[in-house]
Amino acid sequence: MSEKIPGLNQTDSKTILEIRNLDISFRTSAGIIHAIRGVNLDLCKGETVAIVGESGSGKSVTMKAVMGLLDSNATVNSGEILYTYTDAQGKSVTTDLLKMSKKDLRQNINGQRIAMVFQDPMTSLDPTMTIGKQIMEGMFLHERMDRGAAQARALELLNLVGIPDAEKRFKNYPHQLSGGMRQRVVIAIALSANPDILICDEPTTALDVTIQARILELIMEIQQKMKLSVVYITHDLGVVAKVADYVDVMYAGRIVEVGNVNEIFFEPKHPYTWGLLSAMPDLDTEDDRLYSIPGSPPNLLREPKGDAFAARNRFAMAIDEKAEPPLFQVSPTHWAATWLLHPDAPKVDMPPELRARLERARKEAEKYL
Amino acid sequence: MSETIQREPLLEVRNLVQHFPISRSYTVKAVNGVSFNIYPGETYGLVGESGSGKTTIGRSVIRLYNPTSGEMIFQGKRIAGRMDGETREMLRRDMQMIFQDPMASLNPRKKVEDIIGEGLKIHHMGETKQERQKLISEMLKKVGLSPEHAARYPHQFSGGQRQRVGIARALIMNPRLIIADECISALDVSIQAQVVNLMKDIQEETHCAYLFIAHDLSMVKYISDRIGVLHLGYMVESGTKEEIFSRPIHPYTRSLLSAIPHPNPEVEKRRKALTYDYASSGLDYAAGSEHLIEGTHTVLGTDGNVRQWLAECPEP
Repeated sequence: MSEKIPGLNQTDSKTILEIRNLDISFRTSAGIIHAIRGVNLDLCKGETVAIVGESGSGKSVTMKAVMGLLDSNATVNSGEILYTYTDAQGKSVTTDLLKMSKKDLRQNINGQRIAMVFQDPMTSLDPTMTIGKQIMEGMFLHERMDRGAAQARALELLNLVGIPDAEKRFKNYPHQLSGGMRQRVVIAIALSANPDILICDEPTTALDVTIQARILELIMEIQQKMKLSVVYITHDLGVVAKVADYVDVMYAGRIVEVGNVNEIFFEPKHPYTWGLLSAMPDLDTEDDRLYSIPGSPPNLLREPKGDAFAARNRFAMAIDEKAEPPLFQVSPTHWAATWLLHPDAPKVDMPPELRARLERARKEAEKYL
Repeated sequence: MSETIQREPLLEVRNLVQHFPISRSYTVKAVNGVSFNIYPGETYGLVGESGSGKTTIGRSVIRLYNPTSGEMIFQGKRIAGRMDGETREMLRRDMQMIFQDPMASLNPRKKVEDIIGEGLKIHHMGETKQERQKLISEMLKKVGLSPEHAARYPHQFSGGQRQRVGIARALIMNPRLIIADECISALDVSIQAQVVNLMKDIQEETHCAYLFIAHDLSMVKYISDRIGVLHLGYMVESGTKEEIFSRPIHPYTRSLLSAIPHPNPEVEKRRKALTYDYASSGLDYAAGSEHLIEGTHTVLGTDGNVRQWLAECPEP
């Protein structure tokens, strides 16, 4: 069935999470905010998908819907989130997470099969509990382990996430650890029930660059060891380049471009992706000005007419004001929602500065191939 | 570059020490003898991980803290220790700060015009209300907002616009030095570029100097003329951005540079960042002294350390 839906990579690997036509709005005092406007997304076993976008683009909301963590003022208007897993009897089961009750989700899915790592390790840890206790909590709850086994497993996890002196640290409180160590503890907690999917919501934004690199390398290492599927939510394209297999670029509640990581970084098609890539300072150029996308993201209180990005797009055409572009296929795995890809559209190439930069990046990449 | 060096520095910091006594037996040694100069119209970037003391230095310089010891000279006046009224007024007027979180640093109960105009009132700049209002609306235009925004409250703006208000508040005093403490870290990538471009434009126009504090090295490289690398309260390396980026000497600087993410998946996937751990490196920052490599490039270390590092990283 996935063959028919635009914007999905047709790979042979087994999909474990399928988001179909997700549509979510929020009731607020100012009116109804239509935050997610038809999102399709696939996650395959053992792969990494990164969702990129500015704050307010809906990347976190999409993943919160998967976890059943939406705020009470949210309404899911349509869509389904199909999660496929192997149950205790070894049968393959597919369920729609949106149709499950909150209680059911908490007992059977959250933490156990789909785990999440949040941005700020200090707010996601309980300051009044030792880290050992916090890691074991999930094991008591989900797997009904006895104390001895849980403790042994917790120590094993602390070692896995690279915390030195695990026995000593076991009795520490979160405030006694540094930011990087705390995030390692959060990852250990997320892994405590052997999940299939790990969702990382800006896992390194609150951390320093040196520690960021180490945490990302750690997650990648664990992913390979445990055959995890990982979803990253981030606005840092450097992080995306390091970890992702597939990239979904979100803007104003829609996925505007999707492709594998090389397609997005070397052959981007959507003007918004061009803007994001150009806005990153490049260590190799002596450009005087940094390219910036003019304006700010649209307010979704008012339904955007036509293409939501049109107002900030210097390549916008008349049709962008009238109709929302569908996803056009570029390659079997690469899709972009911009009218520039329509056969009747004038031939527009990315800005020459970006073209030159990508050319340089490709040359650099070739050295490694 | 040589031209800058001959000029009189705008701010001179010598052996700044900032300790915070927590109890009788425990003192947090945030900054341990840091020296640097900032020249008029240039941007000095301070980088380092959290806890390295970069924010403390900014706050000590603008005298939000009382420095434990050390000398600071701003526009020829001593600003460490007790200041006379005139110096204090000069400092409060000519040195301004832009904070990290624009929401936390703007009073939610005040209108933008009152936030921006407060300094004008205090320093009696602009005689009448009309005159002040004129200055405020000019400033709003300069930072890319419209004069109608003056009557709004901070919550009515987006993050990038709020940061523009913060910049307008700093700029309206026509300062000579602006301390920008992680002023773009809380913003989105596309908005970061807008704010950095704005800061560059303003510098070109007013020739103010920036002390740019950040942990994002690629942004620091983009905006700074000279860079100081801090670690654990010591300035381990400093120099022009070309010197630092083309030939990093100190192992900490090298690990910091290697950690910068590249927007290039093929490179990024195969690269491992260098690790650096002070405790296991066997270095003692307190024992090191400043060594001049070339030009303005200095490194902190003992003679033996520096000789070894220089051998490790040959001239490009």
